Amino acid sequence: MEVGQMQGRLVDYTKSLFMEGFLDGQFLQLQQLQDESNPDFVVEVVSLFFDDSEKLLNDLTMALDQPNVDFKKVDAHVHQLKGSSSSIGAQRVKNGCIAFRNFCEEQNIEACLRCLQQVKQEYYLVKNKLEALFRLEQQIVAAGGSIPMMEMGF
Amino acid sequence: MNSSSGKGSMSTASSSAAWKTGDVVPDKFPAGLRVLVVDDDPTCLMILEKMLRTCLYEVTKCNRAETALCMLRENKNGFDIVISDVHMPDMDGFKLLEHIGLEMDLPVIMMSADDGKHVVMKGVTHGACDYLIKPVRIEALKNIWQHVVRKRRNEWKDFEQSGSVEEGDRQQKQSEDADYSSSANEGNWKSSKKRKDDEDETDERDDTSSLKKPRVVWSVELHQQFVTAVNQLGIDKAVPKKILELMNVPGLTRENVASHLQKYRLYLRRLSGVSQHQGNLNNPFISSQETTFGPLSSLNGLDLQTLAATGQLPAQSLATLQAAGLGRSTAKSGVPLPLVDQRNIFSFENPKLRFGEGQQQHMNNNKQINLLHGIPTTMEPKQLASLHHTAQSIGNINMQVTSHGAQSGQNSSLLMQMAQPQARGPTLDSTVGHAPRLPSSMGQPILSNGIAANVSTRNGIPENIRAPGYNPVSQTSSMLNFPMNHTSELPGNSFPLGSTPGISSLTSRRAFQEEVNSEIKVPSGFMPSYAIFNDLNQHKPQNWELENVGMTFDASQHSNSLQGNLDLTQSVLVQQGFSSRQVNGQSRSAAVVSKAVFSAADGTEHVIAQNVNQHLDSLLVDNTIRVKSERVADASAANLFPDHFGQEDLMSALLKQQEGIAPAENEFAFDGYSMDNIPG
Repeated sequence: MEVGQMQGRLVDYTKSLFMEGFLDGQFLQLQQLQDESNPDFVVEVVSLFFDDSEKLLNDLTMALDQPNVDFKKVDAHVHQLKGSSSSIGAQRVKNGCIAFRNFCEEQNIEACLRCLQQVKQEYYLVKNKLEALFRLEQQIVAAGGSIPMMEMGF
Repeated sequence: MNSSSGKGSMSTASSSAAWKTGDVVPDKFPAGLRVLVVDDDPTCLMILEKMLRTCLYEVTKCNRAETALCMLRENKNGFDIVISDVHMPDMDGFKLLEHIGLEMDLPVIMMSADDGKHVVMKGVTHGACDYLIKPVRIEALKNIWQHVVRKRRNEWKDFEQSGSVEEGDRQQKQSEDADYSSSANEGNWKSSKKRKDDEDETDERDDTSSLKKPRVVWSVELHQQFVTAVNQLGIDKAVPKKILELMNVPGLTRENVASHLQKYRLYLRRLSGVSQHQGNLNNPFISSQETTFGPLSSLNGLDLQTLAATGQLPAQSLATLQAAGLGRSTAKSGVPLPLVDQRNIFSFENPKLRFGEGQQQHMNNNKQINLLHGIPTTMEPKQLASLHHTAQSIGNINMQVTSHGAQSGQNSSLLMQMAQPQARGPTLDSTVGHAPRLPSSMGQPILSNGIAANVSTRNGIPENIRAPGYNPVSQTSSMLNFPMNHTSELPGNSFPLGSTPGISSLTSRRAFQEEVNSEIKVPSGFMPSYAIFNDLNQHKPQNWELENVGMTFDASQHSNSLQGNLDLTQSVLVQQGFSSRQVNGQSRSAAVVSKAVFSAADGTEHVIAQNVNQHLDSLLVDNTIRVKSERVADASAANLFPDHFGQEDLMSALLKQQEGIAPAENEFAFDGYSMDNIPG
């Protein structure tokens, strides 16, 4: 596939992610921060997000697995996840966290467990999507092309 | 992370430095603004760093609050602004906020994914200058420099204001300026201090609607009436209802008075703590100091007892103060104390204090501001900020000492009163000198406490200084009493005041101060200016060098030597206030007073001033007299506030003290005083 085509695909793919709510405007902010001095900024940040989130999800799983669930701790983790997901623009994950926190306040274990599942799902989904996105970008770059700037016209 | 801590680290360092020292904003500004960002979330941290870099700021990032504090402490002048997350594992963001406010007095922006009203309100009440909701956009970061500018302007204004009676307008202007710009800022005309007070009230009530009460403009006259009423009633008994009755102003509500009283108390505390505003030096404080000084030595058991009790004023000093009454111009230590008061007065955000003081106590005070006759440094705002302040205060104090006479007497009593309750409170209130001032009880007790604290720390106790529980430094180095109940340990703010009047603290301070060798003869009983003394002792040579005045100050102090007089304390206070700022670094050991407060001594003088202010506010918020303002004392010993006016703060602190306005008992959660008096 030639560069132009790849770039077209990238743009379409990215747009779809926004349309489907996987990503929001914050992701665009990240992209705009990327420049020559930091050509891999987005990838780096997102990778950081992945590592951090997986840790948080593990902690959450463990915390909810306790006989006596410490909801404060659970809430703290969820809050953290909410913050980081919102910072990179992972909208669905963030929304999942918001719902999660509400149930934490209610101290509803069942609902919390469901929320955790939900959040995990969203997380893995967006992770896949982003990884696919980065791969596309890499291909373009490898082929000598440049990454088109996203314009959120829609 | 970049090491943006050094001022000169960036190419625009010079510009930033220039910008620091004055109101002039270099062309490149805000480029090069030194930002410290703290967040335990690595993703956010990385994003923020990148965004800030894109804004051309110098960024240092840090994922732990403790680390951030260390960095800030090591390099007091290394940062212009701090951005911190609210929820962090090792320390609550608000706690960090308090520490910073007390110790370094830097503007702090809170941020969180949590946008609940309650949390945002907490930010406000704890003194954050802004609150950002995550995810943070770069546009929001582009404007953060405004907080730095605003703070400096406010500091300058305080300083300037203290110099003249007409400051009222300035204050207003100041506050107005401060009002808009920060999204989280409330529109207090008094500027942040007021805001904090309001918030304090509100916070306590957890009722934001209370903030909506109609704002009364506290004109000079009104404030004077207020102060008169307060003095008539006595700080202890000054309850809003009675004050309202005494004032007899139609249309004024008890609530108005209550909130004003709160602020006033804060102000007093601040004054005693560490003359946050350098500018305040000259004021009325001096006059009161004079008296205090004189009497200090005698400490006849005047209210000093109370003071002593509170730990702030050594009984002796109080007595002396009282004896000196208004008429005595103890001229002992050359006024350091008065200056302090003055400063406090000024620092008290508004001219009110000044007025109040001027009227009552400081009768002499009118000249206050420039009592620094002897002091070479003129309180030019700019200069004052750094040197003058100290010098002035010193000078003022000297001057005042003579003129006070009467005031000090008053102050002492006030101080006494204040001391008592305050003992806890504002450690820095540098009540020391003021004894009469106690009002700032915070400050004063602090002195005593500070001194005591310092002493203690020196002795090992000082740490408590935070709430300068004013150790009744009295006469003996027992300063340590700090009643400092403040909960917060006044980080560093507790001016190592050790300066508690003459008392051993001074001497002890000296010991601590090693560096300072302050001759500050801490008036033995008077520790009112706790922090101040410490600083004085310590810094004396240093800080005061800046101003020359300081030096003289010291000299006078020493001469007075422990007379236990407030004079020393006052001077000490002044010095301390300044020196504390500066000295803090020095007297680390001694200054322990505010622990944190003084730690900033390194030169965070201005920080201290700021802190003090900030802190006071935040402190008040907690009802603990955190004497943040006292932190001022922390001012690095190196320079009295190179940028800021340490003097100003001191002066304000002094002034406050002088005013003898009832130490914000309520505000400062001093041992003796509980916030119960605060209008409800």
